[in-house]
Parts: sequence; C-alpha cells; structure tokens
Amino acid sequence: MPTELADLVTAAQAGDRTAFDELVRRTYADTYTLAYRLTGNEEDARDVVQEAYLRAFKGLKRFRGEARFSTWMYRITANCANTQLGRGRKHRHDELDENLDVRDERPVASPEARYESADLRTQLQAAIAELPPKLRAVVVLRDVYDLPHEAIAAELGISETAAKVRLHRARRKLREDLFPMPDEGHARAV
Amino acid sequence: MKGMPVRCDQVAEHLPEVASGSLLLDGASRSHVETCLRCQAEVVQYRKLLRALRAMRTEVLEPSPGLLTDLLASLGEAGERRALMELVAGHRVAYLGGIAAAATAAAAGGVIVLASRSRRRLAS
Repeated sequence: MPTELADLVTAAQAGDRTAFDELVRRTYADTYTLAYRLTGNEEDARDVVQEAYLRAFKGLKRFRGEARFSTWMYRITANCANTQLGRGRKHRHDELDENLDVRDERPVASPEARYESADLRTQLQAAIAELPPKLRAVVVLRDVYDLPHEAIAAELGISETAAKVRLHRARRKLREDLFPMPDEGHARAV
Repeated sequence: MKGMPVRCDQVAEHLPEVASGSLLLDGASRSHVETCLRCQAEVVQYRKLLRALRAMRTEVLEPSPGLLTDLLASLGEAGERRALMELVAGHRVAYLGGIAAAATAAAAGGVIVLASRSRRRLAS
C-alpha cells in the first residue's frame, strides 16, 4: 500500500478501499479537531466527521489534487458543520444573535495582567467557544486553517463580503474578550 | 490644503490586516495610527491574537473513543452499498446488451431470409 498521502488518494480514486481507510486513519483527528472547533460540542463534531468522510468517499473521483487532500477535507467539513448547525438551530431557541453585543460582566484581571498571561491560548479557546456559530466558523476557517475568503463563502453559502464582515466582527470580539480596554465599545477619540 | 483628520473608527477595520502585514495603510491613515496610542495598542493586540490563532492549527484534539471504528464501519457500509449498486447497474447493462444483441441477430436473420427468398424468386 502507498505511504504518501497523495499516493493514497490516487489509489483510493482507483477504487482501493484500504487506501481510503488509511486516508481516514491519517486525517480523522485533524478533521475532528476542525469539526469540534466549528460546532463547539462533541456530539455534533462526531456527526460532522461521519458525514464529511461519507461525502469525501462519494466525491473522491471529483478531487483533482490541485489542493491538498487536507484542505479539501476542511472545505467538506466546513460545509457539513454549516448544515449541522443549521439543523440544530431549528430546535434551539437560545442561540445568540450575531449582531448582539455580548459582554462579559465578570470582574477581570487588569489588562496588563491578562496581556502578559501565558494562558492566552486557553483564554482564546474559551473566547472562540463563546462566539456565535456564524462568526466562529469564519474566524476558525480563515485565521486558524488559512482558507481563502472565496472558499469560506462557498462552503458557508454566503457572499465573500458577508464572510469578510463576519471575520471583522469575530476578530474584534475576540480581541475585546482577550484584551479588554476600560472604555471598549464607547466612542473613540480622534 | 490639509485633509480631514482620520478617526480611529475609520481605520479600525483595517488594523488586523495591518497587524498581519497584509495591508499598508494610505498616508493619512498611517499617520493617524503612528500618533494614536489606542490604535497602536489594537495593532499589537491583533498581532498577538492572530499569532495565537495560527498556533492553534498545529493543535490536534483527542477524538472521542470509538470514532475511528464508527467511521470505518459506516464507510464499509457505504462501500458495500456502492458495490451492490454497481453490480445491479452492471446486470442492467448486461440485460439491455443481451436484448440489443438478440434484436440485432433477429434483424440480421430477417434480412438473410428475405435476401435468399428474393434470390430464389429471381432464379425461378
């Protein structure tokens, strides 16, 4: 059996089932990580991963190898997560409006202390989890997985402009959460 | 003539790109950021944020136990379904091919019979 990912893809495209299984073994943890970051919970992440690999299996012949297999899987996963979250939304009534200005009212450490914190990553993960799903998806796909705006827009079913607007809101929200300034949100000085 | 002074909110949306180095502000906006402590602080914060986000790319979460087994099982089922469909489709093609071959043979036979009859008629 081939050992390189690209060779495994070629073998799987030629109908080699064991090659596809090996592709799954090599990439499923990465795919699960993205799915978890997009959905924010384990149950949805598992469903998204299942659906993503089934779609990949069915559509593998259409994969032309211009992008890396992992990037192709990210796009499929993003699309599946978007569908999954859309399904969930119909049954959920407490979802945050993406335009809602959410503010953490708990007392926080001084900006300097947080600024210097070595725990930035942990805080960031928590802040991402708190983002409304629509904003979370764009910032994760763009700033963590480096997908272009065009691909993000296509997989989420939105315009590129909308993707950019959501990205800006998400980044601003994350920055405000991680580095709160005393008068954040109020009128800015000239 | 001196232009209108640039305000923080006019450059705010570009600060992440400035932080990542993917955007160079125009002269007036750049001058504003160079003299505005608040905007400079935001650029630094965005730089830290973007760096931390990029670093997340290398972190892989531990998938829940049994996920791989479930995945391979569902793919196995999908593979079997596909093989079955292909088999059915193959049988259908063979069946239609058989009918077409039989029809062609019958037509050819008819042509031969008609030709031999007309040859006999001409001979008599």
